[in-house]
Amino acid sequence: MTDLPTDLTRATAADLADALASKTISSVEVTQAHLDRIAAVDGQVHSYLHVDTEGALAQAQAVDERRHSGESLGALAGVPIAVKDVMTTRGVPTTCGSRILEGWIPPYDATVVTKLREAGLPILGKTNMDEFAMGSSTEHSAYGPSHNPWDLDRIPGGSGGGSSSVLASFQAPLATGTDTGGSIRQPAAVTATVGTKPTYGGVSRYGLVALASSLDQAGPCGRTVLDTALLHAVMGGHDPMDSTSIDAPVPPVVEAARAADVRGMRIGVVKELGGEGYQPGVRARFDESVALLEELGAEVVEVSCPNFEYALAAYYLILPSEASSNLAKFDAMRYGLRVLPEGVDAPSAEQVMAATRDAGFGAEVKRRIILGTYALSSGYYDAYYGSAQKVRALIAQDFDAAYSTVDVLVSPTAPTTAFKLGDKLEDPMAMYLNDIATIPANLAGVPGMSIPSGLADEDGLPAGIQILAPAMKDERLYSVGAALEKALVDRWGGPILDRAPSLGGAAAAKGA
Amino acid sequence: MSSLSRDDVAHLAGLARIELSDAELDRMVGELGVILESVAKVQQAPTEGVAPMSHPMPLTNVTRPDVVRPSLGAEAVLAGAPEAEQQRFSVPRILDED
Repeated sequence: MTDLPTDLTRATAADLADALASKTISSVEVTQAHLDRIAAVDGQVHSYLHVDTEGALAQAQAVDERRHSGESLGALAGVPIAVKDVMTTRGVPTTCGSRILEGWIPPYDATVVTKLREAGLPILGKTNMDEFAMGSSTEHSAYGPSHNPWDLDRIPGGSGGGSSSVLASFQAPLATGTDTGGSIRQPAAVTATVGTKPTYGGVSRYGLVALASSLDQAGPCGRTVLDTALLHAVMGGHDPMDSTSIDAPVPPVVEAARAADVRGMRIGVVKELGGEGYQPGVRARFDESVALLEELGAEVVEVSCPNFEYALAAYYLILPSEASSNLAKFDAMRYGLRVLPEGVDAPSAEQVMAATRDAGFGAEVKRRIILGTYALSSGYYDAYYGSAQKVRALIAQDFDAAYSTVDVLVSPTAPTTAFKLGDKLEDPMAMYLNDIATIPANLAGVPGMSIPSGLADEDGLPAGIQILAPAMKDERLYSVGAALEKALVDRWGGPILDRAPSLGGAAAAKGA
Repeated sequence: MSSLSRDDVAHLAGLARIELSDAELDRMVGELGVILESVAKVQQAPTEGVAPMSHPMPLTNVTRPDVVRPSLGAEAVLAGAPEAEQQRFSVPRILDED
């Protein structure tokens, strides 16, 4: 067995799980270590919107008792986790990064959360995100942005920047995410962490605040490929409460991550993702990773997906259209904020709804709702939403054609490393371009993963490589991801996050 | 495709039930214009004869046995309501006075 580091927050989830199973450590110890780390560094990083100290310790205590009574427990039992604030948690606030849900305490758990509880993972708290998952930086969170642990003046990616920064600052060994256009993969890329968007339907959407229902997919986030696979296996599987959930066993992701074998695999480099507009350092690390995969025994070919160039445009019609419909439920009547319009005696329900949505939604949410309302309006439907749906079909066809010749596709995850907070806030289109490489997978429903590929020479910041597989073949992501990770870590002489600033936890705690 | 006027955006905001301030409207007109110009690119794609795709999975009807199962109680459901009365959601007036 691997020796655990003295600082338990630096351990992998897999090593913590082994030590917990052999009763070398208790879940209460591990959970407390992470709560201490949160107290020391989250003032700087702002990963969490809510920390559930009592709840986490009670769950840890319960799982320790179950273990001592000889109960057979799941692989990750006792390993604490952070949950993205898009997932409902019974008795624990769920805001989705929005003022309109400030203080809302859901009366039920999302299926993913139920699975985490049943598997014995203490929930440390809820992680920050762009409001309703609309963004690539967490700057659209109503509660202020999270910061990138590599450079606190930079974005941690989005929408799942709370979860990515939690992992990169060792405030939890695991986290959950959701990915509608890249919200798991892009934050992973810019923080040197790992994240998977499973096949559409691979993880239940029940209890997730919906953004765009035909694109949304929950998935696992970790610091290593194996940790991410272990969490994928806990989160995934059929759920009768979600009629779009796949009625089939979770693909053998853990086995694939352990085998870490790419010998004989055919890997396609997507010609359209990685040229102009991609930062040189991101491209250099990507090219090295591809060369390493070849050394490891994979066959690498270039593949063209000609319709990917229309993906971003199609996405920013389909997403706002679905979002404008999904967010209509925030009507100030049944839950959430209610604001009365100023200067109106006995306002109508309609006036109250409009005033509430003005006060409760941020600028990006309003922008996308109005864009979606336009795209769906009669007279423009065919030109915008209709055309976008046809482009979506073309993109799915591009994937089908590619997968008839290769087993997986690869590209850089995001075109650049983390940019400075504030840099793209005033330019919505510039912000949208962050997702250019991740969006096609959501449109087609295929699975994707991002793992660290190294640090860009020009700024010393993390870059990510994206792996894409055919629907229901999620295990291939883990075969490639784990093999490449092993080769890269050997080359680096240790995990890449060892090079991230330590954030002077102890000093910060003293100063606070 | 003509770009959006300020009146168009005000109308859309009304349909979406969002009361925008004048300043918000001014900003939104410009931003939406830029976004619309960019997403109009979908009209250049080779989509002739392509069937639209609304969902990544070939969906069929999903049914379950028609049996009663536990659900949330009224108290839990009303706990998050802005206002509740007599085990019901209390809402502002829904009709005009005249």
